[in-house]
Amino acid sequence: MIAAAFEYHRPAHLKGALGVLAEYGDDARVLAGGHSLIPMMKLRMAAVGHLVDLQDIADLKGIRVAGGRVTIGAMTTQHEMIASADLARAAPIIAEAAVQIADPQVRYMGTVGGNVANGDPGNDMPGLMQCLNATFTLVGPDGSREVAARDFYHSAYVTAREDGEILTQISFAAPTGGYAYEKQKRKIGDYATAACAVQLTKAGGKVTSAAVAMTNLADTPVFSDAAGAALVGTSGDAAAVKAAVTAAVAAISPTGDNRGPAEFKRHIAGIIIGRAITRALSRA
Amino acid sequence: MGKTMHIALTVNGEAHELLAEPRELLIYVLRERLNLTGPHAGCETSHCGACTVEMNGKSVKSCTVFAAQANGATITTIEGLGSPDSLSVLQQSFREHHGLQCGYCTPGMITRAHRLLQENPDPTEEEVRFGISGNLCRCTGYQNIVKAILAAAATINGAKEAAE
Amino acid sequence: MNDLTPTPQERTAKLKGLGTSRKRVEDARFTQGKGNYVDDIKMPGMLHGDFVRSPYAHARVKSINADAARALPGVIAVLTAADLAPLNLHWMPTLAGDRQMVLADGKVLFQGQEVAFVVATDRYVCADAIELVEVDYEELPVVTDPFKALEPGAPVLREDLAGQTSGAHGARRHHNHIFLWETGDEAATNQAIEAAEVVAEEMIYYHRVHPCPLETCGCVASMDKVNGKLTVFGTFQAPHVVRTVASLLSGIEEHNIRVVSPDIGGGFGNKVGVYPGYVCSIVASIVTGKPVKWIEDRMDNLMATAFARDYWMKGRISATKDGKITGLHCHVTADHGAFDACADPTKFPAGFFHICTGSYDIPVAYVGVDGVYTNKAPGGVAYRCSFRVTEAAYFIERMIEVLAIELGMDAAELRAKNFIRKDRFPYTSALGWEYDSGDYHTAWDKALAAVDYAGLRREQAERVAAFKRGETRKLLGIGLTHFTEIVGAGPVKNCDILGMGMFDSCEIRIHPTGSAIARLGTISQGQGHATTFAQILATEIGLPADSITIEEGDTDTAPYGLGTYGSRSTPVAGAATAMAGRKIRAKAQMIAAWLLEVHDGDLEWDIDRFVVKGAPERFKTMKDIAYAAYHNAIPGIEPGLEAVSYYDPPNMTYPFGAYVCVMEIDVDTGTHEVRQFYALDDCGTRINPMIIEGQVHGGLTEALAIAMGQEIAYDEIGNCKNSTLMDFFLPTAVETPHYTTDYTETPSPHHPIGAKGVGESPNVGGVPAFSNAVHDAFRAFGLRQAHMPHDHWRIWKIANQLGLHG
Repeated sequence: MIAAAFEYHRPAHLKGALGVLAEYGDDARVLAGGHSLIPMMKLRMAAVGHLVDLQDIADLKGIRVAGGRVTIGAMTTQHEMIASADLARAAPIIAEAAVQIADPQVRYMGTVGGNVANGDPGNDMPGLMQCLNATFTLVGPDGSREVAARDFYHSAYVTAREDGEILTQISFAAPTGGYAYEKQKRKIGDYATAACAVQLTKAGGKVTSAAVAMTNLADTPVFSDAAGAALVGTSGDAAAVKAAVTAAVAAISPTGDNRGPAEFKRHIAGIIIGRAITRALSRA
Repeated sequence: MGKTMHIALTVNGEAHELLAEPRELLIYVLRERLNLTGPHAGCETSHCGACTVEMNGKSVKSCTVFAAQANGATITTIEGLGSPDSLSVLQQSFREHHGLQCGYCTPGMITRAHRLLQENPDPTEEEVRFGISGNLCRCTGYQNIVKAILAAAATINGAKEAAE
Repeated sequence: MNDLTPTPQERTAKLKGLGTSRKRVEDARFTQGKGNYVDDIKMPGMLHGDFVRSPYAHARVKSINADAARALPGVIAVLTAADLAPLNLHWMPTLAGDRQMVLADGKVLFQGQEVAFVVATDRYVCADAIELVEVDYEELPVVTDPFKALEPGAPVLREDLAGQTSGAHGARRHHNHIFLWETGDEAATNQAIEAAEVVAEEMIYYHRVHPCPLETCGCVASMDKVNGKLTVFGTFQAPHVVRTVASLLSGIEEHNIRVVSPDIGGGFGNKVGVYPGYVCSIVASIVTGKPVKWIEDRMDNLMATAFARDYWMKGRISATKDGKITGLHCHVTADHGAFDACADPTKFPAGFFHICTGSYDIPVAYVGVDGVYTNKAPGGVAYRCSFRVTEAAYFIERMIEVLAIELGMDAAELRAKNFIRKDRFPYTSALGWEYDSGDYHTAWDKALAAVDYAGLRREQAERVAAFKRGETRKLLGIGLTHFTEIVGAGPVKNCDILGMGMFDSCEIRIHPTGSAIARLGTISQGQGHATTFAQILATEIGLPADSITIEEGDTDTAPYGLGTYGSRSTPVAGAATAMAGRKIRAKAQMIAAWLLEVHDGDLEWDIDRFVVKGAPERFKTMKDIAYAAYHNAIPGIEPGLEAVSYYDPPNMTYPFGAYVCVMEIDVDTGTHEVRQFYALDDCGTRINPMIIEGQVHGGLTEALAIAMGQEIAYDEIGNCKNSTLMDFFLPTAVETPHYTTDYTETPSPHHPIGAKGVGESPNVGGVPAFSNAVHDAFRAFGLRQAHMPHDHWRIWKIANQLGLHG
């Protein structure tokens, strides 16, 4: 229940945060909402000598929708994303996913940056951001760079972010068309047994674009080009949906845990992906 | 005590200053340093919600906040939501509708319900259940808690209408 | 008499006595955050203690090096078994006639077992010091399966019992065997089964779960060396028993020990026994001369404290082809973990499991229970079970369903055909229990009518057809249960906890100005005793419940009692309360007679007063009488007005109920939705309907959790898989359905106010109702038995194995 002692830093600016990371290397960790990191520290599964609290850094907050592009500061909470009228118009899939994360108290503190940055395969935002083809801005001692969400995740807890970098914002083109975030879990507060994000567009009775990404079905989120391709050009009929589901399920590699064995998760994944695609089609 | 830092926080309208290790948990700062034993600890993995307080206008699990993070914060606990001479509508409603048994989840539950009704003054039953889904109860089966919250909402809204 | 004179109805209402939904007096402090739980207690100089715990399920402890821990500033002491051995406290007796380690003595036997106790100036230093204790373990082979544990060549767990071929409950036939307990007539039962037209045989497993109250276990122990007095505040469901045990273990006389149970945040049987944390805190306090607080974490609670159930119940039930049951045979393999720490009355190592003939008139029956040691936490009896009644009810309510399948009969009809008839009570079952009263057919008919049972079966048949036509992927299950429980332990002649007879007590003192205080030997953990026991008294003695303070839990002031668990408070302490109230009234009658200058026999009791027969304008209220008791010199009568009753119940009580659960199951995802849950409970006289309803809601929600996903499971090397609330299923308000409660009222003929108790009924009846709903949904496709919990994965597995996934 009690974390080991650490030094606490609360810089007012990004530069200060980067400075602490540079000085202490992997003994320093940033603190966003804390609802992934602090439980790990309390169980003494994460050892942090220097904790860098980002709560005062104004540059990390804010949701901007301009010119068809959405930019969300890393320290934006799930609650703020759900409450944002701009975001509800520009990318309603975000709120649909966010309300299925954790519980009300956790959503008040949990941030989108924290959810995408640490590479936890159970988090929902990574898969969703891959579906939206988002890019993450990483700022380090040598400046800033952009990495596509679809390239960011290497394996469990291993991402493209270097130790000295901070993920500062997420941006993506505001999607159009139909969307759905479907998630099966054991109870409120649980990670997904299987979850799927779908964005697709239709014109003239045909699917013109489709993005399908899955959560907690491998050691990283899984974006399935093949599933999207199986839908594009079709009318979105049962056969097309089935082909897309088959392609998506082929791309996952779930592991057994208390939710059930891999075989069970594979089956559930198929159901969830199918429901997400079907619902997105109905809204397109 | 290890290396400490200066922490200032406002709790239930009163300013407090103390020296604490950064790693001290807000739940224990409140309970053991400020003697506010209303919020309770029921788990160490941030699931049960018995520790729920309001921090800067948000419902927060105080077991998952370091004292250092709470430096400068404005906090309300159950003790700040009503007094013996002036019980809140929620406190009265929980009693009226038997929304508690052992009382251990109750401070966190009422504190959360208070913020829920600020977010959504006229919730449906489904919205109430979803709104308190971060607070576990082992005794009541939630049914009378939900009843109490809906009744409180009706009372508050009725009073507002009467005032208008 | 005039318009201002209160009517009898008004006078009764003013009392808020029996039968009223009186609002709770406890709520004032709980809703304001002013409860007083153990962790709220602060004493000057108080230290914090906590454990180094074993990561292994079975290992030798080669060495413990606490040097670095002791060197940490703020660490006062580190205790190991070696420190406790000179006091003979490294082991302690259990409630079940076994012994268990307080701290690891040469080996550890379950993951999470206590190895060393660190005492420090605050909880932060204590946590740091625990990390610095170095323990050298040598892993040993693990056994978590009770059947494998009884095989020849199975690992030896209890080296301390080497060579002991018998234990507290008779012969032991294997080094991991604890006892074989039997009752009934096996020969006659086997004969009936062999001769029967229809026999159904099935293994019914009630899996391991945990009561998980929201407040974990803990204590503050404070040895006052100046006055030689030990005070222990703690999460104790039986404070007087803890005092007696503490005295026996420490050598301190009972009059110098004060045990206090303050507010308790839920008990559910988790807080009955004595844990190593209590013993170590007491020792640490004696050694340091300072108060020592121990509050366990949730993981500690789930991994090391009293679990519940883990009963493998092999049943054989025989019947005529028309469905009349002729015999019941049950053999249980009982997994007790590493030590038999079951909180059972001494003479009943399998508790009251032999209530497993349930609501049915079964002519012959047999029960045999083999207790087994495994590398898991000790315990078994807890979680609203009333000493294995939950297991018994699940067993018989599943066997009835399996028999219905075997007979091709409707399960509701099969039950009704075999209920004990109302005119047979008091009824002695084939396994020796005398059921006090019951009216099962009335309850059953009421329940089935309330849910339109016939309509539900029609809907289900249509749904099966639609499913087969491919029109839906959802099945409908109707889960039935008619349970009979046995609660209110119990008659001193055969019920005792560590030798203390299971009576209970109430001591009342009336004050001069007409209010009162009553103290009881029980202790509420949320059941509302301060509210309900005042109601019993209000009706008995005619003072308003609002004028009666009820106190429990302080062994210095409360009369000796055996505590609160097993739904015993109302049957036993409630009876003591009524009897003490009647003693008050008897003395009050004499005082009133003297005041009114009549003979005792000329008075009759009327709600709140004694009235002269035939002269209603001449009366004395209890309030008048109270004053007189302190004011008047009455010849032959001592001043004051108080009474005490220690009640030895003549029998247990037998509440019963009829539950129906209507459940939708998604065959592809394994998810479920409870569409309707109807619960009819008969607990005899109903003291406070509001509180009864609350108990039912809460117990049903625990039952939902148990049936639909909660478990304490282990992997092959004894790692606990469900040690946090991430994986130990506690439903939120979203997963919990709406319940409809109802009742019938069949008073207990032997209880002074006819009340039976109700706290555990919903868990006893709820689990079979939810589980039977799942089974019933798949009955048409060939399912007979699938073990709980029925989480998504396991429901999916049922569908998959029945070929429903195409």
